[in-house]
Amino acid sequence: MATETPIVQKDYEFPAPQKVGHEKGSFTRIIQELVFTVDHKKLGLMYIGAGLVFFVVAGLMATMIRAQLFFPGNTFLEPDVFNRFFTMHGTAMVFLVGMPIIFGFANYLVPLMIGARDMAFPRLNAFGFWAFLFSGLLLYFSYLGGPGLYAAGSAPDVGWFAYSPLTSRAFSRGTSTDYWTLSLLLGGIASISTALNIIVTIVCYRCKGMTLGRMPLFVWLYLVVGFLVIIAVPPLTACQIMLMLDRYLGAAFFDTQAGGSAVLWQHFFWIFGHPEVYILILPGFAIASEVIPVFSRKPIFGYPIMVAATVMIAFLSLGVWAHHMFTVGMTSLGNTFFAISTMLIAIPTGIKIFNWLGTMYGGKLRFELPMLFCIGFLFQFLIAGLTGVILAVAPFTWQLSDSYFVVAHFHYVLIGGLLYTIFAGIYYWYPKAFGKMPDKKLGLFHFWLFTIGFHLTFAPQHVSGLLGMPRRIFTYEAGRGWEIWNQLSTIGVLIQIPGILFFVINLIYSYRKGRPAGDDPWDAWTLEWATTSPPADYNFATLPEVKSRRPLWDLKHPDDPDWKYE
Amino acid sequence: MGNVKHQNCQGFLIVALMTLFSPGALFADVSGAGYPMKRITDIFDPQSLPAEMIMTTAMVVLWITLGIFVVVTTLLVFIVIRFRRKPTDDGSEPPQIYGSTNIELAWTVIPILITVVLILVTSRTIGEIQNKALPENTLQIRLVGHQWWWEIHYPELGIITANEIHVPMSDRDPAKARPTHIELQSADVIHSFWVPQLAGKTDLVPNRTNRTWIEPFETGVYFGNCAEYCGTQHANMLLRVIVHTPEDFERWVAAQKAPIPAPVTAAEIEGEKLFYSTSCINCHKVGDSVAQGIFGPDLSKLMLRQTIGAGVAPLDDKHLWAWVKDPQEVKVGCLMPDMQLLDAEVDSIVAYLKTLK
Amino acid sequence: MSTAEITDDWKLPSPRKVGLACLILTESALFTIFVVAYLFYMGKSLNGPLPQDVLEFPWLGSIALFGSSFTVVMGERFLVRGHKRGFLLWWGLTIALGAFFVYFTANEWWHLITKEGLMINTNVFGTTFYSLVGLHASHVLVGLVLLSIVFVAGLKDRIPAHHHEHIEMVSWYWHFVDAIWIVVLTVVYIISVRDP
Repeated sequence: MATETPIVQKDYEFPAPQKVGHEKGSFTRIIQELVFTVDHKKLGLMYIGAGLVFFVVAGLMATMIRAQLFFPGNTFLEPDVFNRFFTMHGTAMVFLVGMPIIFGFANYLVPLMIGARDMAFPRLNAFGFWAFLFSGLLLYFSYLGGPGLYAAGSAPDVGWFAYSPLTSRAFSRGTSTDYWTLSLLLGGIASISTALNIIVTIVCYRCKGMTLGRMPLFVWLYLVVGFLVIIAVPPLTACQIMLMLDRYLGAAFFDTQAGGSAVLWQHFFWIFGHPEVYILILPGFAIASEVIPVFSRKPIFGYPIMVAATVMIAFLSLGVWAHHMFTVGMTSLGNTFFAISTMLIAIPTGIKIFNWLGTMYGGKLRFELPMLFCIGFLFQFLIAGLTGVILAVAPFTWQLSDSYFVVAHFHYVLIGGLLYTIFAGIYYWYPKAFGKMPDKKLGLFHFWLFTIGFHLTFAPQHVSGLLGMPRRIFTYEAGRGWEIWNQLSTIGVLIQIPGILFFVINLIYSYRKGRPAGDDPWDAWTLEWATTSPPADYNFATLPEVKSRRPLWDLKHPDDPDWKYE
Repeated sequence: MGNVKHQNCQGFLIVALMTLFSPGALFADVSGAGYPMKRITDIFDPQSLPAEMIMTTAMVVLWITLGIFVVVTTLLVFIVIRFRRKPTDDGSEPPQIYGSTNIELAWTVIPILITVVLILVTSRTIGEIQNKALPENTLQIRLVGHQWWWEIHYPELGIITANEIHVPMSDRDPAKARPTHIELQSADVIHSFWVPQLAGKTDLVPNRTNRTWIEPFETGVYFGNCAEYCGTQHANMLLRVIVHTPEDFERWVAAQKAPIPAPVTAAEIEGEKLFYSTSCINCHKVGDSVAQGIFGPDLSKLMLRQTIGAGVAPLDDKHLWAWVKDPQEVKVGCLMPDMQLLDAEVDSIVAYLKTLK
Repeated sequence: MSTAEITDDWKLPSPRKVGLACLILTESALFTIFVVAYLFYMGKSLNGPLPQDVLEFPWLGSIALFGSSFTVVMGERFLVRGHKRGFLLWWGLTIALGAFFVYFTANEWWHLITKEGLMINTNVFGTTFYSLVGLHASHVLVGLVLLSIVFVAGLKDRIPAHHHEHIEMVSWYWHFVDAIWIVVLTVVYIISVRDP
């Protein structure tokens, strides 16, 4: 057994691909490589990089929002400027930060984890990235285009879910909503193409021996995410087409003055919008499901039930959309149905949290940066999940809907849940992508500052919501009891910002000065750690072959391989 | 007192007690400005039946989720402390456990049971609130949302007003209860009716009529907001519900129905002339005069209100003057334009408006 | 270990087929929303014309489109057998039938617009009718472009055996466009015209 051939050979050199054009290393050459590349790893990093840039921009907008709300009756921002900020903040965070970063991880890791050389359709992959980037630039160009910038600006100001008829020509004049709808239409097409690519890659390019039951959970979750995207994003695309027909050709889908329905938009949008939440959070689960086992030194607890729970979450998520609409005046039957279906999601989600705890139980926990962020994720996602259960209780949501409680809830989901796992993922795979270890001290500053700032920002928003503060208000009267909670919240942002600064510094510093990582710095078990750091263009010199879910465990423990137990 | 019927006696006592414990009410004018101002819109301090029903359910849910939170957090903290790698660790791998059907079954079944409890509680409350049968004497109100103010109709009483809903308080005794039923409509985009201490929110959707009801038991001025983003001035689309004693409510109704006094002073007469000769009347309505506009708030009994601009400013001379001079200074983006009036013209229009009571 | 070994006993589905299946799934989701919108707005028009007044069952167009699903299969068979003439004949016939369908729809729209005065902004029937039927027609057009590319490649003898699966994918797509027409036909020309 000890002499078993390594699952990957590294000594074989592929002939260097013929390169044409500018000299290697020159600026023009780098640009040329970025623009023409179809390599999944470069595209993956470009996705994440672009996502982080938009993250900083949209984060600064949130900072402005918080500054405005520091005092009651503050006049720091004009109402329309404020309204544009929260619209752009929301739209950007979902479509230009969340989506590209999760796709970036999929692009970079899925082929490596299943032992493939690239995505199934590399050029489609490049198309997806550039379409996404263009959609983002188009959205932000709205600040300059049309009668923008000097003529009062024309960024969208209809909120990220853009309820009709606020988007109709009668109530949204000018071009702002057109930028919004065109950008989302394009972004949706980009997402669908990438998701399709992910599915095909996973289904058709697994290396020898990697049956569905042996795929890393990360890959399983992304397969589910892929299907959710191709089923749930088309409704968004349809919405945008309809909205454009309304705005340009005078169609009456959502024009309430011509017999259209305002509620129909809400149905269509949330048929997309709620699965979208799971499209964003499942990749978070995917990262946690890789990081937690490695740093607990144990395999994931209950792999089959984790897969089943994921599929169940995805399935249920397609039937819960109207819990965003408990206040639009549905019948009691409708409200009850959607309350029940929403609560059912708590079951598989609970199973997942318990299984992660089960994975940690009895292990030897190593508190490296990725693990710290995953523990933060577990704690915060628990809170987010429980406030989610609270919001599923329709009568309670008649009070909480569209209040700051909801704002707190989904920031706990998307920051406390998704962003924390994204940080965990970045620290975890940074050595693989760049061959250097991320600096732990800087990372600890990042973790603690950001965690304290995050809770200080969003925990008080639960309270202001319970005290009746609606979301999306640019100002509030003094004496409503909301001042202190808003002030705490704004101070929290001031603590988050240095946290993010430490993160960015860490990325740059470690790239230049970090100590070399080697192929497998975390002593991990999945295939991406079997190749060099960073991996060569072709990933694996010889395509690997696996016999279990943890091929590198088998390799490191030939006396006690996993495949004996699976 | 001796020959007053028992029933009335009780009603009188309540009124007397109310009057005693809320000193302001002694001098309450019909605008309700003397009632306690309920600015802290805490949903855990409900003052009306549906809000109370919601809170009862909410507490059940909160305790359950708090329990889960404590248990799971304790478990997490325990695991993190107990299973951290010790400095003395020999570097060997811990036992590799792949799963356990029994344990997984346990933590599948327990959440299912909890969920069933939540589902039962929720379904019941939804039905109880949404399908509540209201008594015959229920006060009927039609509330129409506009960008960014509230139009209020009392179809049975023939009253139209704006931004401040006046209702009588109800009684816990079903025989004397008088809840208020509110029909919700919108003239433009979606708005949402939310007065946290009185009821959960319900949207005002164009092309659609929604319904909600409130049944408050305490007098007071209850604060609320539009809770669905509706454009530029969404933040300043405030709403007040003034809960009167039944007697005060009748006084308010009488005041609303009383004829509008004719202007007397020169300034008032000049203001009236200006009002009717400018485009004010295109959007505003004043009694049965030629001013029958429907795009802005009804001004017939303007001076019986507490605020102007849907709560953006108190209704006093200074703010009224500023509003008439240039509404865009007070509430930027609102649909009432700056009428480019001279200061003297504003003076007389304000003088006229102050006769509208 | 060589790549030849790997393909031996480790067989995964063809990426083209899985990809196209995904495309069909995602397109179906898109059409579903438009169909739901059509059904939702049925009978909710504030003014005429209404479907029962102006729509005629598109016999000829439908027969042409359904027929083309048959001819495309015949074309494929001849291609696989290496029978170039037969392939070009059936494939050409498919294109002709598809083109006739587009012509038929265009004609119908011309009639509705000029004679019946039904525009996309006339009422919610016009809105949902033109968007649903138009979405389908746009897919027919895309299909026609694909079919034509294959036809030209066939004329020039540029279809090697390992491209047969590509051709099969084009025919899958064409069948999908056909299947969508069954739904559109049922919803628009059968259900909505019966609604009083």
